[in-house]
Amino acid sequence: MLKQWIPLLGATAVCAFMSAPQAAKAEQLTLCWAAWDPANALVELSKDFTTKTGIDMKFEFVPWTSYADRFLNELNSRGKLCDLIIGDSQWVGGAAENGHYVKLNDFFAKEGISMDDFVPATVVGYSEWPKNTPNYWALPAMGDVVGWTYRKDWFERPEIQKEFKAKYGWDLAAPKTYDQLKQIAEFFQKREIDGKTVYGASIYTERGSEGITMGVTNVLYDWGFMYENPKKPYDMQGYVNSPDAVKGLEFYKALYDCCTPPGASNVYMVESADAFKSGQVAMQMNFAFTWPGLYKDEKVGGDRIGFFPNPAEKYHFAQLGGQGISVVSYSDKRDAALQYIKWFAQPDVQAKWWQLGGYSCLKAVVDAPDFKTSQPYAPAFLESMAIVKDFWAEPSYAELLQAMQKRVHDYVIAGKGTAKEALDGLEKDWTEIFEEDGKI
Amino acid sequence: MTISNHSLADKAAEAAARATPERLVGRVRALSDRAIAWLFIAPTIVLLLAINIFPLFWAIYLSFTNYRANRPNAEVKHVGLGNYSRVLNDPDIWASMQTTAHFVFWTIVLQTVIGFTLAYLIDRKFRGHAFWTTLILIPMMLSPAVVGNFWRFLYEPQIGLFAYAISFLTGIPTSEIQMLGSVNLAPWAIIIVDTWMWTPYVMLICLAGLRSIPDYIYEAAEVDRASNWRQFWSITVPMALPFIMLAVLFRGIENFKMFDMVNLLTGGGPGSTTEVASITLKRDAFEAWATGRSSAFAIVLFVAVFGLANIYVKALNRVKQR
Repeated sequence: MLKQWIPLLGATAVCAFMSAPQAAKAEQLTLCWAAWDPANALVELSKDFTTKTGIDMKFEFVPWTSYADRFLNELNSRGKLCDLIIGDSQWVGGAAENGHYVKLNDFFAKEGISMDDFVPATVVGYSEWPKNTPNYWALPAMGDVVGWTYRKDWFERPEIQKEFKAKYGWDLAAPKTYDQLKQIAEFFQKREIDGKTVYGASIYTERGSEGITMGVTNVLYDWGFMYENPKKPYDMQGYVNSPDAVKGLEFYKALYDCCTPPGASNVYMVESADAFKSGQVAMQMNFAFTWPGLYKDEKVGGDRIGFFPNPAEKYHFAQLGGQGISVVSYSDKRDAALQYIKWFAQPDVQAKWWQLGGYSCLKAVVDAPDFKTSQPYAPAFLESMAIVKDFWAEPSYAELLQAMQKRVHDYVIAGKGTAKEALDGLEKDWTEIFEEDGKI
Repeated sequence: MTISNHSLADKAAEAAARATPERLVGRVRALSDRAIAWLFIAPTIVLLLAINIFPLFWAIYLSFTNYRANRPNAEVKHVGLGNYSRVLNDPDIWASMQTTAHFVFWTIVLQTVIGFTLAYLIDRKFRGHAFWTTLILIPMMLSPAVVGNFWRFLYEPQIGLFAYAISFLTGIPTSEIQMLGSVNLAPWAIIIVDTWMWTPYVMLICLAGLRSIPDYIYEAAEVDRASNWRQFWSITVPMALPFIMLAVLFRGIENFKMFDMVNLLTGGGPGSTTEVASITLKRDAFEAWATGRSSAFAIVLFVAVFGLANIYVKALNRVKQR
């Protein structure tokens, strides 16, 4: 009997011996994020982490349209798929209160990572919950903001400039105000350029996820829309639906009606970038993450593209995008995940992150003297990041978002009711949600 | 060849019998026929309970709570009939039910009329009718995801073939033909796609009905000098009616819960113009995470479909008994 067992034990021992070095080295972290250009840059960047630590990196990237559905489901079901997650800025409240993310304060203190080293808006937007308190749930990873690109080559054509000046009395250039933006958009709408009909502007109109909300808030902030009474949290009457906010929403609808390409009733990041890349539009509203790719584009990039931050009206703001990187509390590899965050926070890694196409939030990178000249879109990015404002990051953010998606899409795209009715309805919806949450 | 196949099968059965352990053979022999029957259907019953019955009862339970799937740590409170009251008093839900009713009504009308007409024509057995039947059936063989995507491109105002064809026929510029972006046209855009895809299915059922009518009835009618028109209304329609009603039932149930095509074509937009009940339910359940409320809505929908289908089946039985 023993004779039968000896070869088996021997084989097992050999297998165990041979696999031992791999087992020690085979630690693998899974990082979850959206499938987009910066994710590819992160794959490239993370190779350095693997080289340095021997920890393999595996990536789960999901298209934006199902990004929230997929990963919020994963977190809510306490799944172990993701060790690290680059979650959207608005998730932080829910993720913190529901215990999905590991609180990073002690880790930051131990490793000497200071949030003062990061752009303040990104710390508030991506890391803190409750907002404006030193409770950190993420490290700012990917700065992003809604801005605009324009066809510099069209703007610079003498015949176009001449005609524009004759019509509007000012030199055609990147707009500084919304009146200017609309005039430019009207000017280009249905214009023949190089034998092709082009249109004024591509703006966010998507209904399914968060598209139209990101576009509308991006404009409404400048007109005076506020989420709540600054002195009394969750008091929204007269702030969400203030006369200025109503005017802002009317402007957004007017811009959609007058100056967008035909069939642009469900446009978000990808569709907007496509409209610009295919030479359909003179201007495009989009998150800054699209800029490196557009700048490299053979047809519309290089000298043909220009970048500008959101125009100003009564105020000057821009919708914050971007995400922080967090450790998922259900992960069995918490130490290795924290090791990744420690590595990612290093200034040289952050500098390389920016070079590869990621938007670093580290002050040492963005405040460097050569940052503004490092990329043609760097000045617009910096200027935009200085004026950011974000959507609710409450645990009930998904319901708050859905209510706004419905109200503004019904008004802007379907032309149902008035802007006042839409915002009054929104204020009512949001009040009900906060009442259910017990916050009012 | 058949003989050798049989002998091979016998040999395989013998080999399987030899390989079966004696103890197992003994145990199986000791079982009654009823026990063996239960043994065979048990896996199906377990599966049915696990993936159909349990979720149904779980959803009923959740519909009486304030449970939210995105807040697993929150306290779950019983809210009685609160969710049902909210669902039944929500104007948005009623609006989505109206959109659903509009969609179901028009798709059924169009599919029944066109499907029956096609079946009637195909039943004439003209030259090449088999080829045309196959060709007509192609749309229903496609995946709704594929259909939704390519119709989205067809409807595209700037590059879409549909817009081009309408422009060619009417002279309206393609850029003004916005099927999916227009409040008035978007519901019809979806109805057109569903009709294109599922009319062949209705046609197939109607064709089965028409072919089940014995020839001698028509021969007798001809002897009585009944006109074609009279034969159609007195023989064809009444005898094919149970089949037509069956097709209406299948399409009605299917379209009442229509999701994929609407989601792909318009996502419920523009605004909420094409937001059918299933889209509202999905948004409530998986985007707003109102699990309790959406469970109540799902139960309301289930009861509505189940109730209507039952009434309809009774009517169908009455027609069949005539």
